[in-house]
Amino acid sequence: MNDTNNKRKIPRFSPLFHWMKLHKENCLQALFDLGKQPFNTSLTIVVIAVALALPTSLNILIQNGQNLSGGWEGMRDFSIYLKVGQKIEVAKNLAVELRQIDLIGSVELKTSDDALEEFRDSSGLNDVIDALNNNPLPHTLVIRPKNSTSLEYMESLAEELTSRQEIDIVKLDSQWLERLNAILDFLKRSMGITAAMLLLAVIIIISNTIRLEIQNRSDKIEILKLLGASNGFVRRPFLYIGFWYGAIGSLTSLIFLLAGGFLLSQPLEKIIGLYESQLQLLGLDKWAVLTLIGGGVIAGWGGAYTAVNRHLHKIEPQ
Amino acid sequence: MIKFDQVTKRYESGNDALKNVTFEVERGELIFLTGASGAGKSTLLRLIALIERPSRGNIIVDGRNVDRMSLRNVPKHRREIGIVFQENKLLKDLSAFDNVALPLLIAGANTQEMARRVRAALDQVGLLKKERKKPIALSTGEQQRIGIARAIVIRPKLVIADEPTGNLDPWLSLEIMKLFGRFNDIGVTMVIATHAHDLIKQINGRRIHLKNGEIVEPNDEALVF
Repeated sequence: MNDTNNKRKIPRFSPLFHWMKLHKENCLQALFDLGKQPFNTSLTIVVIAVALALPTSLNILIQNGQNLSGGWEGMRDFSIYLKVGQKIEVAKNLAVELRQIDLIGSVELKTSDDALEEFRDSSGLNDVIDALNNNPLPHTLVIRPKNSTSLEYMESLAEELTSRQEIDIVKLDSQWLERLNAILDFLKRSMGITAAMLLLAVIIIISNTIRLEIQNRSDKIEILKLLGASNGFVRRPFLYIGFWYGAIGSLTSLIFLLAGGFLLSQPLEKIIGLYESQLQLLGLDKWAVLTLIGGGVIAGWGGAYTAVNRHLHKIEPQ
Repeated sequence: MIKFDQVTKRYESGNDALKNVTFEVERGELIFLTGASGAGKSTLLRLIALIERPSRGNIIVDGRNVDRMSLRNVPKHRREIGIVFQENKLLKDLSAFDNVALPLLIAGANTQEMARRVRAALDQVGLLKKERKKPIALSTGEQQRIGIARAIVIRPKLVIADEPTGNLDPWLSLEIMKLFGRFNDIGVTMVIATHAHDLIKQINGRRIHLKNGEIVEPNDEALVF
Protein backbone atom coordinates (compact mmCIF):
# COMPACT_ATOMS: atom_id res chain seq x y z
CA MET A 1 0.00 0.00 0.00
CA ASN A 2 2.82 2.38 0.93
CA ASP A 3 4.57 1.46 -2.31
CA THR A 4 1.39 2.31 -4.25
CA ASN A 5 1.10 5.67 -2.46
CA ASN A 6 4.74 6.47 -3.20
CA LYS A 7 4.15 5.76 -6.88
CA ARG A 8 1.16 8.10 -6.89
CA LYS A 9 3.01 10.92 -5.18
CA ILE A 10 4.16 13.47 -7.76
CA PRO A 11 7.71 14.81 -7.31
CA ARG A 12 7.08 18.55 -7.39
CA PHE A 13 9.10 21.69 -7.74
CA SER A 14 9.33 23.78 -4.58
CA PRO A 15 6.21 26.02 -4.38
CA LEU A 16 8.29 29.17 -4.93
CA PHE A 17 10.12 27.70 -7.92
CA HIS A 18 6.85 26.41 -9.37
CA TRP A 19 5.25 29.85 -8.88
CA MET A 20 8.17 31.62 -10.55
CA LYS A 21 8.26 29.08 -13.39
CA LEU A 22 4.54 29.55 -14.09
CA HIS A 23 4.92 33.34 -14.01
CA LYS A 24 7.80 33.18 -16.49
CA GLU A 25 5.94 30.80 -18.78
CA ASN A 26 2.68 32.76 -18.61
CA CYS A 27 4.51 36.04 -19.21
CA LEU A 28 6.21 34.75 -22.37
CA GLN A 29 3.14 32.82 -23.55
CA ALA A 30 0.98 35.98 -23.22
CA LEU A 31 3.43 37.89 -25.42
CA PHE A 32 3.41 35.02 -27.93
CA ASP A 33 -0.42 34.95 -27.91
CA LEU A 34 -0.58 38.70 -28.64
CA GLY A 35 1.79 38.15 -31.56
CA LYS A 36 -0.59 35.58 -33.03
CA GLN A 37 -3.16 38.32 -33.71
CA PRO A 38 -0.94 41.14 -34.96
CA PHE A 39 -3.68 43.33 -36.46
CA ASN A 40 -6.05 43.29 -33.47
CA THR A 41 -3.17 43.61 -31.02
CA SER A 42 -1.68 46.56 -32.94
CA LEU A 43 -5.01 48.39 -33.03
CA THR A 44 -5.51 48.01 -29.28
CA ILE A 45 -1.93 49.07 -28.57
CA VAL A 46 -2.20 52.17 -30.75
CA VAL A 47 -5.41 53.22 -28.96
CA ILE A 48 -3.70 52.73 -25.59
CA ALA A 49 -0.60 54.60 -26.82
CA VAL A 50 -2.64 57.59 -28.01
CA ALA A 51 -4.59 57.67 -24.74
CA LEU A 52 -1.32 57.71 -22.77
CA ALA A 53 0.48 60.11 -25.10
CA LEU A 54 -2.21 62.82 -24.95
CA PRO A 55 -1.93 63.76 -21.25
CA THR A 56 1.84 63.31 -21.36
CA SER A 57 2.23 65.71 -24.27
CA LEU A 58 -0.11 68.17 -22.56
CA ASN A 59 2.06 67.90 -19.47
CA ILE A 60 5.20 68.65 -21.50
CA LEU A 61 3.43 71.63 -23.03
CA ILE A 62 2.49 72.99 -19.60
CA GLN A 63 5.98 72.40 -18.25
CA ASN A 64 7.41 74.38 -21.14
CA GLY A 65 4.82 77.08 -20.51
CA GLN A 66 5.87 77.26 -16.88
CA ASN A 67 9.50 77.30 -17.93
CA LEU A 68 8.69 80.15 -20.26
CA SER A 69 6.80 82.12 -17.61
CA GLY A 70 9.65 81.35 -15.17
CA GLY A 71 12.01 82.95 -17.70
CA TRP A 72 9.78 85.97 -17.65
CA GLU A 73 9.86 86.30 -13.86
CA GLY A 74 12.07 89.34 -14.42
CA MET A 75 9.06 90.97 -15.98
CA ARG A 76 7.40 90.96 -12.58
CA ASP A 77 10.08 93.50 -11.62
CA PHE A 78 8.95 97.06 -11.15
CA SER A 79 11.00 100.20 -11.34
CA ILE A 80 10.95 103.24 -9.10
CA TYR A 81 12.19 106.43 -10.74
CA LEU A 82 13.19 109.11 -8.25
CA LYS A 83 12.72 112.73 -9.15
CA VAL A 84 15.66 114.18 -11.11
CA GLY A 85 18.15 115.89 -8.83
CA GLN A 86 17.50 113.75 -5.76
CA LYS A 87 20.66 112.98 -3.78
CA ILE A 88 22.11 109.48 -3.98
CA GLU A 89 21.65 109.09 -0.17
CA VAL A 90 17.89 109.40 -0.63
CA ALA A 91 17.95 106.53 -3.13
CA LYS A 92 20.20 104.44 -0.86
CA ASN A 93 17.95 104.99 2.17
CA LEU A 94 14.88 104.02 0.16
CA ALA A 95 16.67 100.87 -1.02
CA VAL A 96 17.50 99.92 2.59
CA GLU A 97 13.90 100.54 3.60
CA LEU A 98 12.50 98.41 0.79
CA ARG A 99 14.94 95.53 1.42
CA GLN A 100 13.43 95.15 4.89
CA ILE A 101 10.07 94.16 3.42
CA ASP A 102 9.68 90.36 3.50
CA LEU A 103 7.76 90.12 0.25
CA ILE A 104 10.51 91.83 -1.71
CA GLY A 105 13.25 89.58 -3.04
CA SER A 106 15.83 92.09 -4.15
CA VAL A 107 16.35 95.80 -4.66
CA GLU A 108 18.90 97.04 -7.16
CA LEU A 109 19.98 100.63 -7.22
CA LYS A 110 20.92 102.17 -10.53
CA THR A 111 22.38 105.61 -10.04
CA SER A 112 21.78 108.33 -12.60
CA ASP A 113 25.48 108.12 -13.57
CA ASP A 114 25.24 104.37 -14.17
CA ALA A 115 22.12 104.91 -16.24
CA LEU A 116 23.81 107.57 -18.34
CA GLU A 117 26.85 105.32 -18.97
CA GLU A 118 24.54 102.49 -19.95
CA PHE A 119 22.68 104.79 -22.30
CA ARG A 120 25.95 106.02 -23.77
CA ASP A 121 27.10 102.44 -24.47
CA SER A 122 23.86 101.24 -25.97
CA SER A 123 22.91 104.36 -27.97
CA GLY A 124 26.26 105.47 -29.42
CA LEU A 125 25.17 109.10 -28.95
CA ASN A 126 28.42 110.05 -27.18
CA ASP A 127 28.63 113.55 -28.63
CA VAL A 128 25.10 114.43 -27.67
CA ILE A 129 25.55 113.08 -24.14
CA ASP A 130 28.85 114.95 -23.72
CA ALA A 131 27.11 118.15 -24.76
CA LEU A 132 24.66 117.92 -21.86
CA ASN A 133 25.24 120.31 -18.98
CA ASN A 134 23.91 117.96 -16.37
CA ASN A 135 22.62 114.40 -16.12
CA PRO A 136 18.90 114.32 -17.06
CA LEU A 137 18.39 110.78 -15.80
CA PRO A 138 17.04 109.96 -12.31
CA HIS A 139 18.29 107.42 -9.79
CA THR A 140 16.33 104.21 -10.26
CA LEU A 141 15.47 101.30 -7.96
CA VAL A 142 14.64 97.98 -9.63
CA ILE A 143 12.45 95.92 -7.29
CA ARG A 144 12.07 92.15 -7.78
CA PRO A 145 9.30 90.74 -5.62
CA LYS A 146 9.45 87.19 -4.30
CA ASN A 147 7.62 84.52 -6.39
CA SER A 148 4.94 84.20 -3.74
CA THR A 149 4.19 87.89 -3.74
CA SER A 150 0.74 88.61 -5.11
CA LEU A 151 -0.09 91.17 -7.75
CA GLU A 152 -2.47 92.90 -5.31
CA TYR A 153 0.36 93.51 -2.85
CA MET A 154 2.63 94.83 -5.55
CA GLU A 155 -0.08 97.20 -6.77
CA SER A 156 -0.73 98.55 -3.28
CA LEU A 157 3.01 98.96 -2.64
CA ALA A 158 3.36 100.82 -5.96
CA GLU A 159 0.47 103.11 -5.03
CA GLU A 160 1.98 103.87 -1.63
CA LEU A 161 5.41 104.60 -3.15
CA THR A 162 3.94 106.87 -5.83
CA SER A 163 2.55 109.16 -3.12
CA ARG A 164 6.04 109.82 -1.74
CA GLN A 165 7.57 113.19 -2.41
CA GLU A 166 10.99 111.97 -3.61
CA ILE A 167 9.51 109.50 -6.14
CA ASP A 168 8.50 110.51 -9.63
CA ILE A 169 7.11 107.33 -11.25
CA VAL A 170 6.54 103.70 -10.22
CA LYS A 171 6.27 101.46 -13.24
CA LEU A 172 4.42 98.19 -12.69
CA ASP A 173 3.34 96.03 -15.64
CA SER A 174 3.08 92.37 -14.70
CA GLN A 175 -0.63 91.70 -14.74
CA TRP A 176 -0.41 89.80 -18.02
CA LEU A 177 2.12 87.43 -16.44
CA GLU A 178 -0.25 86.72 -13.56
CA ARG A 179 -2.93 85.94 -16.12
CA LEU A 180 -0.57 83.60 -17.96
CA ASN A 181 0.24 81.79 -14.70
CA ALA A 182 -3.47 81.50 -13.92
CA ILE A 183 -4.05 79.97 -17.36
CA LEU A 184 -1.15 77.57 -16.82
CA ASP A 185 -2.59 76.57 -13.43
CA PHE A 186 -5.95 75.97 -15.07
CA LEU A 187 -4.33 73.90 -17.82
CA LYS A 188 -2.38 71.93 -15.24
CA ARG A 189 -5.57 70.97 -13.44
CA SER A 190 -7.30 70.21 -16.72
CA MET A 191 -4.35 68.01 -17.64
CA GLY A 192 -4.73 66.13 -14.34
CA ILE A 193 -8.41 65.51 -15.01
CA THR A 194 -7.75 64.53 -18.64
CA ALA A 195 -4.95 62.19 -17.56
CA ALA A 196 -7.24 60.52 -15.01
CA MET A 197 -10.02 60.14 -17.59
CA LEU A 198 -7.71 58.75 -20.25
CA LEU A 199 -6.12 56.36 -17.76
CA LEU A 200 -9.62 55.17 -16.93
CA ALA A 201 -10.25 54.78 -20.65
CA VAL A 202 -7.07 52.67 -20.95
CA ILE A 203 -8.24 50.48 -18.07
CA ILE A 204 -11.66 50.06 -19.73
CA ILE A 205 -10.11 49.28 -23.15
CA ILE A 206 -7.82 46.64 -21.65
CA SER A 207 -10.60 45.29 -19.45
CA ASN A 208 -12.86 44.90 -22.48
CA THR A 209 -10.10 43.26 -24.52
CA ILE A 210 -9.45 40.78 -21.71
CA ARG A 211 -13.20 40.11 -21.42
CA LEU A 212 -13.22 39.09 -25.08
CA GLU A 213 -10.13 36.94 -24.52
CA ILE A 214 -11.88 35.21 -21.63
CA GLN A 215 -14.93 34.57 -23.80
CA ASN A 216 -12.75 33.21 -26.61
CA ARG A 217 -10.98 30.88 -24.22
CA SER A 218 -14.01 29.77 -22.21
CA ASP A 219 -13.60 26.15 -23.37
CA LYS A 220 -10.00 26.11 -22.23
CA ILE A 221 -10.89 27.72 -18.90
CA GLU A 222 -13.61 25.14 -18.34
CA ILE A 223 -11.23 22.27 -19.05
CA LEU A 224 -8.53 23.71 -16.80
CA LYS A 225 -11.02 24.10 -13.96
CA LEU A 226 -12.18 20.51 -14.49
CA LEU A 227 -8.59 19.36 -14.20
CA GLY A 228 -8.27 21.15 -10.86
CA ALA A 229 -6.62 24.42 -11.85
CA SER A 230 -6.89 27.05 -9.14
CA ASN A 231 -8.34 30.48 -9.90
CA GLY A 232 -4.83 31.91 -9.75
CA PHE A 233 -3.61 29.43 -12.36
CA VAL A 234 -6.47 30.32 -14.71
CA ARG A 235 -6.24 34.05 -14.02
CA ARG A 236 -2.49 34.51 -14.48
CA PRO A 237 -2.26 34.35 -18.32
CA PHE A 238 -4.91 37.06 -18.63
CA LEU A 239 -3.11 39.32 -16.16
CA TYR A 240 0.03 39.00 -18.26
CA ILE A 241 -1.89 39.86 -21.42
CA GLY A 242 -3.03 43.04 -19.64
CA PHE A 243 0.52 43.65 -18.48
CA TRP A 244 1.87 43.43 -22.04
CA TYR A 245 -0.88 45.64 -23.45
CA GLY A 246 -0.01 48.29 -20.85
CA ALA A 247 3.76 47.94 -21.26
CA ILE A 248 3.81 47.88 -25.06
CA GLY A 249 1.13 50.60 -25.20
CA SER A 250 3.20 52.91 -22.97
CA LEU A 251 6.40 52.19 -24.92
CA THR A 252 4.54 52.97 -28.14
CA SER A 253 3.25 56.22 -26.65
CA LEU A 254 6.86 57.05 -25.76
CA ILE A 255 7.84 56.52 -29.40
CA PHE A 256 4.93 58.79 -30.48
CA LEU A 257 6.09 61.49 -28.05
CA LEU A 258 9.73 61.27 -29.10
CA ALA A 259 8.72 61.40 -32.77
CA GLY A 260 6.42 64.36 -32.09
CA GLY A 261 9.18 66.11 -30.15
CA PHE A 262 11.64 65.50 -32.97
CA LEU A 263 9.24 66.87 -35.60
CA LEU A 264 8.32 69.97 -33.56
CA SER A 265 11.70 70.85 -32.05
CA GLN A 266 13.12 72.56 -35.13
CA PRO A 267 10.20 74.92 -35.83
CA LEU A 268 9.92 75.71 -32.11
CA GLU A 269 13.60 76.51 -31.82
CA LYS A 270 13.20 78.76 -34.82
CA ILE A 271 10.37 80.65 -33.09
CA ILE A 272 12.40 80.96 -29.89
CA GLY A 273 15.35 82.19 -31.92
CA LEU A 274 13.21 84.86 -33.57
CA TYR A 275 12.28 86.17 -30.10
CA GLU A 276 15.97 86.10 -29.08
CA SER A 277 15.05 84.04 -26.07
CA GLN A 278 17.46 81.78 -24.19
CA LEU A 279 14.62 79.40 -23.36
CA GLN A 280 15.56 75.71 -23.35
CA LEU A 281 12.77 73.38 -24.49
CA LEU A 282 11.85 70.73 -21.93
CA GLY A 283 11.22 67.16 -23.07
CA LEU A 284 10.56 63.90 -21.23
CA ASP A 285 12.80 63.46 -18.21
CA LYS A 286 13.52 60.03 -16.74
CA TRP A 287 10.78 60.39 -14.11
CA ALA A 288 8.20 61.20 -16.78
CA VAL A 289 9.32 58.13 -18.75
CA LEU A 290 9.13 55.93 -15.65
CA THR A 291 5.71 57.35 -14.73
CA LEU A 292 4.43 56.78 -18.26
CA ILE A 293 5.61 53.15 -18.43
CA GLY A 294 4.62 52.45 -14.81
CA GLY A 295 1.19 54.01 -15.37
CA GLY A 296 0.71 51.94 -18.52
CA VAL A 297 1.69 48.70 -16.82
CA ILE A 298 -0.49 49.39 -13.77
CA ALA A 299 -3.44 50.32 -16.00
CA GLY A 300 -2.91 47.14 -18.06
CA TRP A 301 -2.65 44.87 -15.06
CA GLY A 302 -5.53 46.67 -13.32
CA GLY A 303 -7.78 46.44 -16.37
CA ALA A 304 -7.04 42.74 -16.75
CA TYR A 305 -7.61 42.11 -13.05
CA THR A 306 -10.98 43.90 -13.18
CA ALA A 307 -12.11 41.85 -16.18
CA VAL A 308 -10.85 38.55 -14.80
CA ASN A 309 -12.53 39.09 -11.44
CA ARG A 310 -15.79 40.02 -13.13
CA HIS A 311 -15.95 37.29 -15.76
CA LEU A 312 -13.85 34.31 -14.75
CA HIS A 313 -16.14 33.01 -12.02
CA LYS A 314 -18.98 32.88 -14.57
CA ILE A 315 -17.17 30.12 -16.46
CA GLU A 316 -17.58 26.90 -14.53
CA PRO A 317 -17.40 23.32 -15.76
CA GLN A 318 -20.67 22.10 -17.22
CA MET B 1 -13.74 5.22 -1.56
CA ILE B 2 -17.11 6.77 -2.39
CA LYS B 3 -20.18 6.95 -0.18
CA PHE B 4 -23.49 8.52 -1.21
CA ASP B 5 -25.91 8.84 1.68
CA GLN B 6 -29.51 9.82 0.87
CA VAL B 7 -28.31 12.18 -1.87
CA THR B 8 -30.91 14.20 -3.74
CA LYS B 9 -30.17 16.63 -6.54
CA ARG B 10 -33.02 18.94 -7.43
CA TYR B 11 -32.63 21.50 -10.20
CA GLU B 12 -34.19 24.96 -10.16
CA SER B 13 -36.83 23.70 -12.58
CA GLY B 14 -38.05 21.40 -9.78
CA ASN B 15 -36.83 18.31 -11.57
CA ASP B 16 -35.15 15.71 -9.31
CA ALA B 17 -32.13 14.31 -11.16
CA LEU B 18 -31.29 12.07 -8.18
CA LYS B 19 -33.65 10.98 -5.41
CA ASN B 20 -32.33 9.69 -2.08
CA VAL B 21 -29.48 7.83 -3.70
CA THR B 22 -27.45 5.71 -1.29
CA PHE B 23 -24.53 3.47 -2.26
CA GLU B 24 -20.89 2.77 -1.48
CA VAL B 25 -17.93 2.03 -3.71
CA GLU B 26 -14.98 0.21 -2.18
CA ARG B 27 -11.41 1.14 -2.96
CA GLY B 28 -10.25 -0.61 -6.15
CA GLU B 29 -13.75 -1.44 -7.41
CA LEU B 30 -14.88 -1.07 -11.01
CA ILE B 31 -18.39 0.34 -11.19
CA PHE B 32 -20.58 0.65 -14.25
CA LEU B 33 -23.32 3.26 -13.91
CA THR B 34 -26.08 2.24 -16.25
CA GLY B 35 -29.50 3.60 -17.05
CA ALA B 36 -31.39 5.37 -19.77
CA SER B 37 -30.60 8.93 -20.83
CA GLY B 38 -31.76 11.30 -18.11
CA ALA B 39 -31.63 8.57 -15.43
CA GLY B 40 -29.08 10.61 -13.43
CA LYS B 41 -25.75 8.95 -14.34
CA SER B 42 -24.00 12.15 -15.42
CA THR B 43 -25.44 14.07 -12.46
CA LEU B 44 -24.00 11.48 -10.10
CA LEU B 45 -20.54 11.82 -11.64
CA ARG B 46 -20.82 15.62 -11.58
CA LEU B 47 -21.55 15.45 -7.87
CA ILE B 48 -18.43 13.34 -7.28
CA ALA B 49 -16.30 15.90 -9.18
CA LEU B 50 -18.08 18.78 -7.41
CA ILE B 51 -19.20 20.24 -10.71
CA GLU B 52 -22.54 20.38 -8.92
CA ARG B 53 -23.55 20.25 -5.26
CA PRO B 54 -26.23 17.99 -3.86
CA SER B 55 -29.52 19.53 -2.73
CA ARG B 56 -29.66 17.06 0.18
CA GLY B 57 -27.58 14.25 1.63
CA ASN B 58 -23.89 13.56 2.14
CA ILE B 59 -21.17 12.57 -0.29
CA ILE B 60 -17.88 11.21 0.98
CA VAL B 61 -14.98 10.74 -1.43
CA ASP B 62 -11.72 9.26 -0.16
CA GLY B 63 -12.71 10.00 3.43
CA ARG B 64 -13.66 13.64 2.84
CA ASN B 65 -17.15 15.02 3.07
CA VAL B 66 -17.16 16.81 -0.25
CA ASP B 67 -20.69 18.20 -0.28
CA ARG B 68 -19.63 20.80 2.28
CA MET B 69 -16.22 21.42 0.77
CA SER B 70 -15.31 25.11 0.45
CA LEU B 71 -14.88 26.54 -3.04
CA ARG B 72 -11.22 27.08 -2.22
CA ASN B 73 -10.63 23.33 -1.81
CA VAL B 74 -12.55 22.23 -4.93
CA PRO B 75 -9.53 22.49 -7.30
CA LYS B 76 -7.45 20.26 -4.99
CA HIS B 77 -10.31 17.73 -4.87
CA ARG B 78 -10.52 17.67 -8.67
CA ARG B 79 -6.75 17.28 -8.97
CA GLU B 80 -7.03 13.99 -7.12
CA ILE B 81 -9.63 12.54 -9.50
CA GLY B 82 -9.09 11.46 -13.07
CA ILE B 83 -12.00 12.56 -15.24
CA VAL B 84 -12.78 11.17 -18.71
CA PHE B 85 -15.46 12.85 -20.82
CA GLN B 86 -17.53 11.62 -23.72
CA GLU B 87 -16.36 14.51 -25.91
CA ASN B 88 -12.75 14.14 -24.60
CA LYS B 89 -12.35 17.90 -23.91
CA LEU B 90 -8.83 18.27 -25.30
CA LEU B 91 -7.22 21.64 -25.96
CA LYS B 92 -6.99 22.01 -29.72
CA ASP B 93 -3.87 24.18 -29.78
CA LEU B 94 -1.81 21.81 -27.63
CA SER B 95 -0.04 18.62 -28.70
CA ALA B 96 -1.04 15.22 -27.32
CA PHE B 97 1.94 15.42 -24.98
CA ASP B 98 0.97 18.89 -23.67
CA ASN B 99 -2.67 17.90 -23.24
CA VAL B 100 -1.69 14.90 -21.15
CA ALA B 101 0.81 17.01 -19.20
CA LEU B 102 -1.82 19.58 -18.12
CA PRO B 103 -2.79 17.93 -14.79
CA LEU B 104 0.90 17.59 -13.88
CA LEU B 105 1.58 21.21 -14.84
CA ILE B 106 -1.31 22.30 -12.62
CA ALA B 107 0.00 20.11 -9.79
CA GLY B 108 3.49 21.62 -10.10
CA ALA B 109 5.32 18.43 -11.14
CA ASN B 110 8.97 18.90 -12.01
CA THR B 111 9.92 18.80 -15.68
CA GLN B 112 11.69 15.43 -15.76
CA GLU B 113 8.93 13.72 -13.80
CA MET B 114 6.32 15.34 -16.06
CA ALA B 115 7.99 14.04 -19.23
CA ARG B 116 8.44 10.57 -17.73
CA ARG B 117 4.83 10.29 -16.56
CA VAL B 118 3.31 11.74 -19.71
CA ARG B 119 5.25 9.29 -21.89
CA ALA B 120 4.29 6.41 -19.61
CA ALA B 121 0.60 7.38 -19.83
CA LEU B 122 0.77 7.78 -23.62
CA ASP B 123 2.49 4.40 -23.82
CA GLN B 124 -0.28 2.84 -21.76
CA VAL B 125 -2.91 4.06 -24.23
CA GLY B 126 -0.70 3.13 -27.21
CA LEU B 127 -0.08 6.66 -28.49
CA LEU B 128 3.51 7.33 -27.54
CA LYS B 129 4.49 7.72 -31.18
CA LYS B 130 1.89 10.44 -31.65
CA GLU B 131 2.92 12.65 -28.71
CA ARG B 132 3.64 15.66 -30.96
CA LYS B 133 0.36 15.46 -32.88
CA LYS B 134 -2.40 17.94 -32.19
CA PRO B 135 -5.92 16.60 -31.52
CA ILE B 136 -7.11 17.59 -34.98
CA ALA B 137 -4.54 15.23 -36.50
CA LEU B 138 -5.83 12.30 -34.42
CA SER B 139 -8.84 10.05 -34.95
CA THR B 140 -11.82 10.20 -32.55
CA GLY B 141 -10.65 7.00 -30.87
CA GLU B 142 -7.13 8.36 -30.47
CA GLN B 143 -8.47 11.61 -29.05
CA GLN B 144 -10.45 9.63 -26.50
CA ARG B 145 -7.34 7.67 -25.56
CA ILE B 146 -5.44 10.96 -25.09
CA GLY B 147 -8.28 12.03 -22.76
CA ILE B 148 -7.83 8.79 -20.82
CA ALA B 149 -4.05 9.25 -20.66
CA ARG B 150 -4.66 12.72 -19.23
CA ALA B 151 -6.96 11.25 -16.58
CA ILE B 152 -4.48 8.62 -15.45
CA VAL B 153 -1.26 10.64 -15.72
CA ILE B 154 -1.54 11.87 -12.13
CA ARG B 155 -2.07 8.23 -11.06
CA PRO B 156 -5.32 9.00 -9.30
CA LYS B 157 -6.97 6.68 -6.81
CA LEU B 158 -10.27 7.35 -8.52
CA VAL B 159 -11.21 7.75 -12.18
CA ILE B 160 -14.70 8.76 -13.27
CA ALA B 161 -15.75 8.49 -16.89
CA ASP B 162 -18.93 9.82 -18.46
CA GLU B 163 -19.93 7.84 -21.56
CA PRO B 164 -16.27 7.41 -22.59
CA THR B 165 -17.22 5.19 -25.55
CA GLY B 166 -20.27 7.14 -26.65
CA ASN B 167 -18.65 8.40 -29.86
CA LEU B 168 -16.66 5.29 -30.71
CA ASP B 169 -17.27 2.22 -32.83
CA PRO B 170 -17.76 -1.14 -31.06
CA TRP B 171 -14.19 -2.34 -31.60
CA LEU B 172 -12.65 0.88 -30.21
CA SER B 173 -15.17 0.89 -27.38
CA LEU B 174 -14.03 -2.56 -26.31
CA GLU B 175 -10.39 -1.42 -26.45
CA ILE B 176 -11.18 1.56 -24.22
CA MET B 177 -13.11 -0.61 -21.75
CA LYS B 178 -10.24 -3.09 -21.62
CA LEU B 179 -7.95 -0.14 -20.89
CA PHE B 180 -10.13 0.85 -17.95
CA GLY B 181 -10.09 -2.79 -16.83
CA ARG B 182 -6.26 -2.73 -16.83
CA PHE B 183 -6.19 0.43 -14.69
CA ASN B 184 -8.62 -1.17 -12.30
CA ASP B 185 -6.32 -4.21 -12.10
CA ILE B 186 -3.57 -1.99 -10.69
CA GLY B 187 -5.86 -0.68 -7.94
CA VAL B 188 -7.54 2.39 -9.46
CA THR B 189 -11.18 2.78 -8.44
CA MET B 190 -13.24 3.28 -11.60
CA VAL B 191 -16.77 4.67 -11.96
CA ILE B 192 -17.92 4.55 -15.56
CA ALA B 193 -21.27 5.80 -16.81
CA THR B 194 -22.14 3.93 -19.97
CA HIS B 195 -24.84 2.81 -22.35
CA ALA B 196 -22.62 0.08 -23.77
CA HIS B 197 -24.36 -2.88 -22.15
CA ASP B 198 -22.71 -5.44 -24.45
CA LEU B 199 -19.27 -4.25 -23.32
CA ILE B 200 -20.14 -4.43 -19.65
CA LYS B 201 -20.67 -8.13 -19.94
CA GLN B 202 -17.08 -8.54 -21.14
CA ILE B 203 -15.49 -6.60 -18.27
CA ASN B 204 -15.53 -7.71 -14.68
CA GLY B 205 -17.26 -4.99 -12.66
CA ARG B 206 -20.26 -4.13 -10.48
CA ARG B 207 -23.30 -2.39 -11.93
CA ILE B 208 -25.28 0.38 -10.32
CA HIS B 209 -28.43 0.90 -12.32
CA LEU B 210 -30.31 4.20 -12.22
CA LYS B 211 -33.88 4.80 -13.27
CA ASN B 212 -35.50 8.22 -12.98
CA GLY B 213 -32.88 9.31 -10.46
CA GLU B 214 -33.14 6.26 -8.21
CA ILE B 215 -31.01 3.17 -7.87
CA VAL B 216 -32.90 0.08 -8.95
CA GLU B 217 -31.97 -3.53 -9.40
CA PRO B 218 -30.59 -4.05 -12.90
CA ASN B 219 -32.32 -6.50 -15.18
CA ASP B 220 -31.82 -7.47 -18.78
CA GLU B 221 -34.64 -5.22 -19.98
CA ALA B 222 -33.02 -2.27 -18.34
CA LEU B 223 -29.99 -2.70 -20.54
CA VAL B 224 -31.96 -2.60 -23.75
CA PHE B 225 -32.30 1.03 -24.84
